Amino acid sequence: MDKVCLIDAVDICMQFGDRQVLQHVDLKVHQGEIVTLVGPNGAGKTTLVRIVLGLLTPHSGTIARPAGLRIGYMPQKLHVEPTMPMTVKRFLALAHHANGEPINRILEEVRIGHLLNQQLRAISGGELQRVLLARALSQSPQLLVLDEPAQGVDVAGQAELYQLINEIRNRHHCGVLMISHDLHLVMATTDNVICLNHHICCHGRPEQVSVDPSYLALFGKKEAKTLAVYTHHHNHQHDINGCVIEKKNG
Amino acid sequence: MADFIVRALLAGICIALVAGPLGSFVVWRRMSYFGDTLAHSSLLGIALGILMDVNLQLAVIVSSLLFALILVLLQTRKTLSTDTLLGILAHSTLAFGLLILSLSNTVQVNLVAYLFGDLLTIGSSDLYWIMGSTAVIGILLAVFWNSFLTITVHEELAQVEGVQVGRVHCLMVLMVALLIAVSMKIVGVLLITSLLIIPPAAARRLASTPEQMAIGASIAGCLAVSLGLLMSYRLDTPAGPSIVVTACFFFLVTYLSPALLGKRSQ
Repeated sequence: MDKVCLIDAVDICMQFGDRQVLQHVDLKVHQGEIVTLVGPNGAGKTTLVRIVLGLLTPHSGTIARPAGLRIGYMPQKLHVEPTMPMTVKRFLALAHHANGEPINRILEEVRIGHLLNQQLRAISGGELQRVLLARALSQSPQLLVLDEPAQGVDVAGQAELYQLINEIRNRHHCGVLMISHDLHLVMATTDNVICLNHHICCHGRPEQVSVDPSYLALFGKKEAKTLAVYTHHHNHQHDINGCVIEKKNG
Repeated sequence: MADFIVRALLAGICIALVAGPLGSFVVWRRMSYFGDTLAHSSLLGIALGILMDVNLQLAVIVSSLLFALILVLLQTRKTLSTDTLLGILAHSTLAFGLLILSLSNTVQVNLVAYLFGDLLTIGSSDLYWIMGSTAVIGILLAVFWNSFLTITVHEELAQVEGVQVGRVHCLMVLMVALLIAVSMKIVGVLLITSLLIIPPAAARRLASTPEQMAIGASIAGCLAVSLGLLMSYRLDTPAGPSIVVTACFFFLVTYLSPALLGKRSQ
């Protein structure tokens, strides 16, 4: 692959106290590529992401990024302080990158243009996730790092959100590193799945990983099977407001 | 009007102007107990200043800044929970300060003035200290406004986006320490955090952006200081309590007015 390598982490080890959280983990993210981290709770997914972001320093191993790499980060959760008045517009303007797209356009891109002047505290959990995605995009990022982007979003909304992330990748040609529990939903759009449980259990294209013995051992055969074959179709879709929108080619 | 009341008014308004925005951060970042601890410890600064026979204002400023740095360091260690740590330090430094003052019987110190504020004690050199310090705080607020807001909303997000979170937080704490150090003569050690907390709380209901809340807090603070000092001058009440009672009145008005007008609260 001759695409630019955005993150090249080699042999990362990390421990908190005596607890080995990451053992000899390698991770590469290229431009235009979606890499998904899956794994059980406490497997070290968030720790690995925090190392990639530079928030944590690993005990050993090296991590290489191109100089001046612009990262758009979407944290797992945003606690909105009740005493702080903050509109969506002001929140996005806080960190807006000089050569980023205008805020209006970013909001349209994640389909929440109507929320521009809303208070952050007044919008729903699913809308807040999109605001966070918009904030990450406002950095005009070369790499998007998303920590469970679909958390607190209903199933239909999750599929739509992953579709949106895919569109963003195609439009901006950025690399995407995300943590997700929903392999069945991200399968269609992910290029590379890394199954992590302190060490890398298996990795590869999603259809390979979902039948890999170590993946099956981790998630249970029945669970993995239902996840892997869980695809069904509605004859209509909902947008983020819950309004029915007709399928384009249905 | 007498000279001293004009000086007190000028000083009070300078303080209230920067206490609005800075106090908003104290509210948003839940640092009110932190401010209280700094205020209590500044009495120790006074006591040490008297003991070593140096300029009292300078002694209070230096000791407050040092103490703020120590607090930030101790907080990052995380050996004790923050509120326990602050509780220990707030009251032990206050106690130490009072002990030293009572033992050094060479100088008569008007303790009540330091604890509750006294506008009669504001001399012209005090006024210069206050004007200079609040000007520095105001400039720093303007320069670092976006960084302060960014780390307040989400520290890790700020760090990924290139803000030096540790340094910015430390700077903010030092600014709070400086403001407390210079304004203790007017409002007093025991009441000073209320000037940081109550005006932003009063402005909260009426604001829809952080900037509106900060400016609203400045206005509420200036009104509280002016009316409070007027009350203190006319009725011969202590300055600090008069200002705080007035600020509290503003808070109650904005807090209760939506309910009284029958509007739905936010």
